Amino acid sequence: MPHISLPEGLPGIRGAMAFRPETAKPLNELVEVLLRGPNTLSPAERELIATYVSYLNDCYYCQMSHGAIAAAHLNGDEDLVKRVKADFQHANISEKLKALLIIAARVQKGGKNVTADDIAHARSLGATDLEIHDTVLIAAAFCMYNRYVDGLGTMQPRDEASYRERGKMVARDGYIAVSKTYLPAEPIPR
Amino acid sequence: MPHIALPEGLPGISAGFAFRPETAKPMRELAHVLLHESNSLTPGERELIATYVSSQNDCYFCQTSHGAAAACHLDSQEAVKQVKTDFRIAPVSPKLKALLAIAGKVQRGGKNVTSADIAEARSHGATDLEIHDAVLIAAAFCMYNRYVDGLDTWQPRDESMYAEMGRHLAEHGYIKPSR
Repeated sequence: MPHISLPEGLPGIRGAMAFRPETAKPLNELVEVLLRGPNTLSPAERELIATYVSYLNDCYYCQMSHGAIAAAHLNGDEDLVKRVKADFQHANISEKLKALLIIAARVQKGGKNVTADDIAHARSLGATDLEIHDTVLIAAAFCMYNRYVDGLGTMQPRDEASYRERGKMVARDGYIAVSKTYLPAEPIPR
Repeated sequence: MPHIALPEGLPGISAGFAFRPETAKPMRELAHVLLHESNSLTPGERELIATYVSSQNDCYFCQTSHGAAAACHLDSQEAVKQVKTDFRIAPVSPKLKALLAIAGKVQRGGKNVTSADIAEARSHGATDLEIHDAVLIAAAFCMYNRYVDGLDTWQPRDESMYAEMGRHLAEHGYIKPSR
């Protein structure tokens, strides 16, 4: 049972967002820009960063949702997603993305852990300032989303098929479009 | 020196915001709704939660700027200092103490929040919306703090600059840049 009375039948962050549409709006806009906006990193690469950080934070709902969205962007390659979580150094991803995942893991433990060497390593593999910026912010943002989802004790179904189906939908339509299926149409009177 | 080429002369998060306006917009809006818009928790109380979490995350820029905004709302530096050192003996309501305890749990990880923490906050009159906002403020500052420190932004040790920033934030909120 969630810690507060969240709308029923909406798992994970969706229940929390439907409870508080005023904060859901910027939360959805941020994730849309970070993970789907125009970028030299592909949506799949950015979803893998989000999935990896959510895994490090042990947030079941977020790692399953974003893992499914990443897999949908990768033609259904769920094995690659699992490999990134278990041991990204041996996953079939670019060396640049591996360097960015190292930075993301540092940020997950705390921003001050990122070293000049981590940055130099990413640059030597072709990472741009914008890509480094976005990696830091994706990792930081998922330290927020993960805490929000777990801190409210949201419902997190253990049903892989439901995440797979929704992952395809979000990969196709995006976060803001899909949010219209669960956010209230009218503002909630306060 | 910041890890990437951020615009010069802008302290802390302002440099990250100027570098990437596309992400700055929702991040500003989120802070504005959480800390500035009307709420049964006062802006001073919500800034104290933000300051406390930033202090637990050891982010100098965030704890000093939000501490200054809180001090401005509350007309007291002392409350801000005591909340950071030991909120249990700070001159704040028992309800806010219970919400700060929840925020501290969220800072260490969302799963640390227990039903006993929630029951304690409710026994002091906290509503579901107040508990929700305490959790999200704490979670959001785990993002802002990591963003500011993860880019190694410039964080001047200049108290008067933070005092001025705090006044601007307390008066105008977070949508527009303070400098």
